[in-house]
Amino acid sequence: MPEADVRLDRVTKRFGDFTAVDDLSLTMERGEFFALLGPSGCGKTTTLRMIGGFEEVTAGTVYLGGADVTELPPFKRNVNTVFQNYALFPHLDVYENIAFGLRRRRVPEGEVRAQVKFMLKLVDLPGYEKRRPNQLSGGQQQRVALARALINSPQVLLLDEPLGALDLKLRKQMQVELKRIQSEIGITFIFVTHDQEEAMTMSDRIAVMREGRIEQLGRPEELYERPASSFVAGFLGVSNLLDGEVVGRHGELVDVQLGDGTLVRAPAAASNGDTHVRVGVRPEKLRVTSSHTEAPRSVEDTNALEGTVLDASYIGVSTQYIVQTADGHKLTVYAQNLETSGASEALADGQTVQLTWRPQHTFVIARTDRDVDATPQYEEGQVPS
Amino acid sequence: MPGWLRRHRGIIPYLFLVPGGLWLTLFFVVPLITTASVALQEGSLGTGYRLTFNFGIFVEAIQTWDTQLVRSLQFGLIVTVLTMLIGYPMAYTIAFRGGRYKNILLLFVIMPFFTSFIIRTISWKFILADQGFVLGTLKDLGIVEDSFRLLATPVAVISGITYNFLPFVVLPLYVALERIDPRLIEAANDLYASRFQAFLRVTLPLSISGVFAASLLSFIPAVGDYLNAELLGSRNETMIGNVIQRLYLVNNDYPQASALSLILMLGILVSVVVYRRFLRGQELTV
Repeated sequence: MPEADVRLDRVTKRFGDFTAVDDLSLTMERGEFFALLGPSGCGKTTTLRMIGGFEEVTAGTVYLGGADVTELPPFKRNVNTVFQNYALFPHLDVYENIAFGLRRRRVPEGEVRAQVKFMLKLVDLPGYEKRRPNQLSGGQQQRVALARALINSPQVLLLDEPLGALDLKLRKQMQVELKRIQSEIGITFIFVTHDQEEAMTMSDRIAVMREGRIEQLGRPEELYERPASSFVAGFLGVSNLLDGEVVGRHGELVDVQLGDGTLVRAPAAASNGDTHVRVGVRPEKLRVTSSHTEAPRSVEDTNALEGTVLDASYIGVSTQYIVQTADGHKLTVYAQNLETSGASEALADGQTVQLTWRPQHTFVIARTDRDVDATPQYEEGQVPS
Repeated sequence: MPGWLRRHRGIIPYLFLVPGGLWLTLFFVVPLITTASVALQEGSLGTGYRLTFNFGIFVEAIQTWDTQLVRSLQFGLIVTVLTMLIGYPMAYTIAFRGGRYKNILLLFVIMPFFTSFIIRTISWKFILADQGFVLGTLKDLGIVEDSFRLLATPVAVISGITYNFLPFVVLPLYVALERIDPRLIEAANDLYASRFQAFLRVTLPLSISGVFAASLLSFIPAVGDYLNAELLGSRNETMIGNVIQRLYLVNNDYPQASALSLILMLGILVSVVVYRRFLRGQELTV
């Protein structure tokens, strides 16, 4: 049983009438890379700020390594934060920025010097001691912010959209860098992001948040392969969702009848005994074949749907098809360009095609009212994310 | 655009400086030179003045008016410290806690400007009068002695100047504090600085330019002020401004008045440079 480093017990935060975090319970284990993922306004940053001590908790308890820290101010908590846009002290040079925490704790000068040197090496910025923050690039500022927090050997490091201000290439680079640093020093990282890809690449576990609650918690592949709600399915990657009714069961699989009467099969374990369900399948799991060429298939272990190609776009590694089913659903398909090369070999618009996939790749979601408008709406600058 | 300007585009920004430059030449440089030249002349209104390069007049002026010179610098210093002690918390509160009331609060700060400087100072005379409604009431209640007075004391003059220049201090401080990202203070708290330490290590150093501007805007006019001493003080509170005014307009001793004006300017200039050095030294906050 891994040790809990941070535990939130039924934590609620209200700003006036607005409930930012709603009765949230969550445990982060020692040494894990944990992501709070969600759209703006889902309460992820507020959750992080409550762990850091920057927001008072309306109700509930925050534990750090077993100790109740709910009432402690930030400077009495053994956590440090990498702020969004870094919040480096503009009047201090890199050396003094990094040394800030040690100086407040009256660490002797010799030790400060040694530790700052070590940190600058860790974040790959040796020789930058005398620079001011405004003389650094975004990526360098990010590294200084990281060093400034890590030098205090916190029990937990909090990162608030740490890569949000960087351009795509640098962001990819820093993702790898952050992983390396985390495994090198082995402390718990909790980071907040609205970027699902970033969360998937870096984290051991992800909590997908929505409207102040946790929608689903799990390892990246669990969330992706077996999303528990339309919201999660839509937030992590593209998904094709079809409404249906469970009409039968065959061992490990259940039969689901879709709106147009087609029967598809899905893992029984995923259906949780619900009757009104929504089945989904990821675009890359779909195989698209021309209806004229007889696809090698056996009815038993393959789901199949008829459709018409609405649009085909060649994007290099794959070709993206939008296929409309008989009852009007639009499904997205990513076809790997394994044997084809070039747009000319793609299926043409208007062509009748067959979509096939394996029942094991189907996920099942209970149909609820909350599923309405499941597609995440990103809107930057909303309060408080 | 005429052809010449088109060919010398780079000159345009400098053209914008011309009106201000002319204005300052006419009303600052010319009077300054005149003042310097008058100081070095000798004579009287009756016999006329001649330029004699009488540099001794500076020594003479300092020796004659040393008490008032020193007093002016003292009052200026006290006023600057007082306005800062009152103005900084005001500006801080408006900048960080003002929320949506920021503009209203700032309006309150500059509200006194809607009334003339002289009128406001005269009303202080009523407020502080020996039998005015403040002291009168306190005396009637037996809280202070009958002989106690505020008017015609340094307290009255310093209070008057402090009151008059407070807005000049609050505004630049507000501008400097308002620019500080509150996340920097959170970052300091995160890095084990208590609220007070965060103020000392982050907020104060980042507002130091505002502190400098605010001190200048209160110290310089305060040292040269004569109205508050005139209206609220007695001869024991006479400041150098009052002396210069009297020498020019009552005694018609132009050379001495000019010499004193230049000494005052130089005194302020030296104080400002020393102060700037001092703040520079503080800026490297370790």
